[in-house]
Amino acid sequence: MLSIRDLSVGVEGKTILRHLNLQVRAGEVHAVMGPNGSGKSTLAQALAGHPAYTVTGGEVTYLGQDLLAMSPEDRARAGLFLAFQYPIEIPGVSNAAFLKAAINELRAARGLDELDAMDVLELLHEKLELVEMDRSFLNRPVNEGFSGGEKKRNEILQMAVLAPTLAILDETDSGLDIDALKIVAGGVNRLRRPDNAIILVTHYQRILQYVEPDHVHVLVDGHIVKSAGKELALELERKGYDWIRDEVATV
Amino acid sequence: MSTSTKTLEALATRDYKWGFVSDIEADTLPPGLNEDVIRLISAKKAEPEFMLEWRLRAYRHWSKLARQAGEPKWANVTYPPIDYQKIVYYSAPKRQGEGPASLDQVDPKLLETFEKLGIPLSEQKRLAGVAVDAVFDSVSVATTFKEKLAELGVVFCSFSEAVQNHPDLVQKYLGSVVPYTDNFYAALNSAVFSDGSFCYIPRGVRCPMELSTYFRINAAGSGQFERTLIVAEEGSYVSYLEGCTAPMRDENQLHAAVVELVAQEGAQIKYSTVQNWYAGDAEGRGGIFNFVTKRGKCAGRGARISWTQVETGSAITWKYPSVILQADDSIGEFYSVALTANRQQADTGTKMLHIGKNTRSTIISKGISAGRGNNTYRGLVRILPRATNARNYTQCDSLLLGDRCGAHTFPYIEVANASSLAEHEASTSKISDEQLFYCKQRGLSGDNAVSMIINGFCKEVFKNLPMEFAVEATKLLGVSLEGSIG
Repeated sequence: MLSIRDLSVGVEGKTILRHLNLQVRAGEVHAVMGPNGSGKSTLAQALAGHPAYTVTGGEVTYLGQDLLAMSPEDRARAGLFLAFQYPIEIPGVSNAAFLKAAINELRAARGLDELDAMDVLELLHEKLELVEMDRSFLNRPVNEGFSGGEKKRNEILQMAVLAPTLAILDETDSGLDIDALKIVAGGVNRLRRPDNAIILVTHYQRILQYVEPDHVHVLVDGHIVKSAGKELALELERKGYDWIRDEVATV
Repeated sequence: MSTSTKTLEALATRDYKWGFVSDIEADTLPPGLNEDVIRLISAKKAEPEFMLEWRLRAYRHWSKLARQAGEPKWANVTYPPIDYQKIVYYSAPKRQGEGPASLDQVDPKLLETFEKLGIPLSEQKRLAGVAVDAVFDSVSVATTFKEKLAELGVVFCSFSEAVQNHPDLVQKYLGSVVPYTDNFYAALNSAVFSDGSFCYIPRGVRCPMELSTYFRINAAGSGQFERTLIVAEEGSYVSYLEGCTAPMRDENQLHAAVVELVAQEGAQIKYSTVQNWYAGDAEGRGGIFNFVTKRGKCAGRGARISWTQVETGSAITWKYPSVILQADDSIGEFYSVALTANRQQADTGTKMLHIGKNTRSTIISKGISAGRGNNTYRGLVRILPRATNARNYTQCDSLLLGDRCGAHTFPYIEVANASSLAEHEASTSKISDEQLFYCKQRGLSGDNAVSMIINGFCKEVFKNLPMEFAVEATKLLGVSLEGSIG
């Protein structure tokens, strides 16, 4: 589904990702872990097409297409979803209106008819239960005045509603209490199907107790230094990231 | 400068789909202004003596102003001097016959014009729930639902008809809120105004439909000078809408209107405007000079007047819809969205004059500047000594698109008693790259993202518009900003 080869990315002239390689197949959940400043968020943002991140080398193929040649909105319309680490506020625009616009943009891209307000509401009401938010949530302006946990849950709600093919969660688990973490994890698990894939970018092993990854990658200084199965996450939790650094250095 | 800022800047190609010219035979006076022109306008309308006298007094006052101080110069706008002798003060489509206008006597081309503008006037196609007075250049060409409204005692007709059929009301209220001495343009309008709309809502009547005037400028070289007068008697309610468009021309055209509202005890007037005059091109050539005086008076206890305006057009907008809170417990409201793109300039705001006790006013102003537009909010809140316990809340927000536009705020607050309270909040923001990226990541195009963010910014104002207008306003902002981002 997603094939990243030799990807290098810079921001404001500074190279962050160096020659990164990653293969994600349909049905898989990948955890990308790493210490602060290792380039985890850069990877997430670059895949979504944030204009501040400049790709300086390498290629990315997504569902057979050259991802890097696509605009951010075309990537979204092709089913790529990024749950933001710091969700953005849009004052005055209700969650419902925002989601209705997004749903219909995605449907239009797939040649489907527009959903009317009633259909959209029905879908939203159903998905709201997944994130355990009440309906008043829909009338509130997008992320404005939301608590940190509400913002993260809102990202999961959007993900559930937009049903992406490839979901990238950028530290969605950070700063959540245990209840919110379970809700986020539940949202991710429900998305898990043989025909889509998830990349969990995270600093902590905590969420991986609820979402079992197929692969765990460790990102240090802009490239993946170690990949293994889920047991790697536990080892990292026990030993910390310095252990990996040392191991890489010895090799 | 980031890519999205750059593309936001490229706000050049604004599509103005109302810019066509109708080929209509017109009865037009030669350009120029003197007492004879005023006598001629008055004679063409077969006006009673008091009207002519009033016009002439206004003209003499205006001449004096023109000789002395000239036009007001305090506004934050620049334009070349206007030659008032080059303006055509009266241009009316020729009637198909004599006598009062009925639809079958209206030139079919006129009906076609309004239909093209989305304002069908014929019996079969009328907008449901909205009565329309259609003003073309200097005169009203048709008013729909007049008879139906008359059953309730509601008078809704052109100003000219009101002068003929309700001279006592006109004489009583004309100039009672905006005297001809008020300002330069009000004096000019009072001297030469050729038509407009008149509404009278009798005591206790809740007007069952929206009343609306659609103003269309068509003739070249002409100015439009219309007057609207709305009187709401005790305990009545009316919602009034106003829309306007003009052809695209390279020269500027002057639109100097006066609107007067009178709300008696417990009456409520809701006045909404979607102003979409031709704004000129990307280089600032052409466009309407919209120099308008609008004011309402809460004459009776507990009266309420709300102005809602969406100003997207005109090369220059100079208007301050105001409320005189004369009676105790009266309420004044001003909700405004003003958009300036390309080289447009707007100096707009309101005046809230608190005279009565416990009077309340709310001002919500949203200014959007793009391209090289220049947007100024100018507002006066004056609370007089007698207006104990008066309250004002003002919120002024500016949104900037790109880095070559301007936003300015000039709030004047004068409070003359200790029991009153005036609050003022202001903010200036830009559409951030992060907001755009967030929307695009959810699949929205850049244009849709910008218009969604702008609609969010304007929400507090739009929610005060009647439903049909809110939709139109939303679309209009979308059109005005189309292509503002790549």
